[in-house]
Amino acid sequence: MADDKRPEGEREYWLDRPGSVTKVFWAVVGVCAALGLLDFFYHKHAELGFDGSFGFQGWYGFVCCVFLVLAAKELRKFLKRDEDYYDR
Amino acid sequence: MIASLPPGLLLIVAALAIPVLPDAARRAWTVVVPAAGLWALIALEPGNYLAFAWFGAEFQPVRVDKLSLVFGYIFHIAAIIAAIYALHVRDSVQHMAGMVYAGSGIGAVFAGDLVTLFVYWEAMAVASVFLVWARGGEAAYRSGMRYLIVQIASGVLLLSGAILQAEQTGSIAFDRMDLGNLATWLIFLAFGIKCAFPFLHNWLQDAYPEATVTGTVFLSAFTTKAAVYALARGFPGTEMLIYVGAAMTAFPIFYAVIENDLRRVLAYSLNNQLGFMVVGVGIGTPMALNGAAGHAFAHILYKALLFMSMGAVLYRVGTIKGSELGGLYKSMPLTTVFCIVGAASISAFPLFSGFIAKALTLSAVAYEGYVVVWLILMFASAGVFHHSGIKIPYFAFFAHDSGKRCKEAPLNMLVAMGIAAFLCIALGVWSPALYGILPYDLDYEPYTPTHVIGQLQLLMFSALAFAVLIRYRIYPPELKSTNLDFDWVYRKGVPALIARCWPALWAAWQGLLGAFQGGLRQGIDAVIRLAGPEGTLARTWPLGSTTLWVAVLLGGFLLIYYL
Repeated sequence: MADDKRPEGEREYWLDRPGSVTKVFWAVVGVCAALGLLDFFYHKHAELGFDGSFGFQGWYGFVCCVFLVLAAKELRKFLKRDEDYYDR
Repeated sequence: MIASLPPGLLLIVAALAIPVLPDAARRAWTVVVPAAGLWALIALEPGNYLAFAWFGAEFQPVRVDKLSLVFGYIFHIAAIIAAIYALHVRDSVQHMAGMVYAGSGIGAVFAGDLVTLFVYWEAMAVASVFLVWARGGEAAYRSGMRYLIVQIASGVLLLSGAILQAEQTGSIAFDRMDLGNLATWLIFLAFGIKCAFPFLHNWLQDAYPEATVTGTVFLSAFTTKAAVYALARGFPGTEMLIYVGAAMTAFPIFYAVIENDLRRVLAYSLNNQLGFMVVGVGIGTPMALNGAAGHAFAHILYKALLFMSMGAVLYRVGTIKGSELGGLYKSMPLTTVFCIVGAASISAFPLFSGFIAKALTLSAVAYEGYVVVWLILMFASAGVFHHSGIKIPYFAFFAHDSGKRCKEAPLNMLVAMGIAAFLCIALGVWSPALYGILPYDLDYEPYTPTHVIGQLQLLMFSALAFAVLIRYRIYPPELKSTNLDFDWVYRKGVPALIARCWPALWAAWQGLLGAFQGGLRQGIDAVIRLAGPEGTLARTWPLGSTTLWVAVLLGGFLLIYYL
């Protein structure tokens, strides 16, 4: 990444190479797509009914996490103080 | 001989030898004693031991049944792992505090009466605070003081409740109770404080990250899980706990996302995990109670593992702030792997311990039809993966390269993390090992296609959300900051309120004092006027006027006599 502070001349790891992080990203997208498609191939034993609908756990997890992060980001406006706030 | 000592007391008594032992023997002692305790416990048959009557009360210091045994086993295992992790420490105070603390926690889960419970309850508080204070410095001292006050308050409430309970029922036995009178409410509140219920929780996020590298590993295991045990013993099936627990799973994860101190992130995450156990206790069916106990067992291992990996980073790098870390997988590859095992376990990935434990609670909630609670728990599960599963390893070991280079963690730390990681995977792969020791008989199969694929979908799509937010730079960066939580009320709010009102209060006091002094002065003046040297009553009367008045009186008397 642009803000890396890897010392000059140190061994380059796979993750240091440009493009590797992008590969990880698309790998995650691929795994999610595969897991979503798996829903076509087995019978879901729903415990509540709606949790047996197509891809429920997938979209619910995605929406929850986006909501969680965006909400927490907004909360910072109210909750964030300087690091030494309690020492003053 | 050791087997005849009550569980827990063995560790407390053995801890007394630590200061006088030579260095090498002391290191061995801290690991061998809890191991001997575990061995003695495995041989112990269920039943009541050493019961006695004193001042008309029936004491049951050792009650062994399946519920207390689950917690007894895992507390011993945690004590062994934490002791190995702390082997390099050359501070006898920490070793003693750790062993007494572990012993008190173990004693508490075998206490059959409320007074014995109280004694161990307070011993836990007093012993554990030394693990915070041992860090040194003003911040640790103050944080430890706040921690101690809260913990002791919990003990005082417990004792008050126990006395009232004994007064009302004539028994101090620690059994199932119903919320309905002051006695049981006080006991419930005492448990709630140590279980970090919402608004009673901040001692946890305050003190745990301030403790020593090794101290936090001890702290993460005992206090809160002893409280979960106490709730499972005293208040199973109390419906309020379902909603309290659901709130506990949800609100700390928002803080975990924006917190910079990675050990504090884990403290918030610990609070969230307790929520799952509290929901299980609140549901109260055998399956849900199994879920709570099983979750506590698995949780102690992976939470200790996560705290150990972050402790190793703190020990080697000198900071645990997300904003200053990154790229450490190059320097600490083994610690990275162990951290990822802990992260996968807490996130409940299939084949890791969290999966087989959390599945019980989630299924129990679904079976009882609490749809909203189930949705909250699923939200919290996705959130756990987000902040503990991804954020912790990502910001410490990956993210951008901070340029920091250090040595791998010391050997003893690696061994401790290795044992915990092995157990996390072993339990996940071989669920009967955990299900077999749970308090109630269980016929449950966690590895069904529905469970496994559903859980993988939840987790991988959560990972996708993280990846998308990072890739498009929406994810909030780690910032040096303090985030306000409820402890603001007693750390800033109330002191500020007093400071704000102080001039007015002082002026009012001065006015009151002035008015009182003025009134007093007037009263004294009046007395002086009446009885002072110049006062009416102190005046001397000349002889002539006295004779005249006597003559007048006599004349008047004669007059009245003749009339």
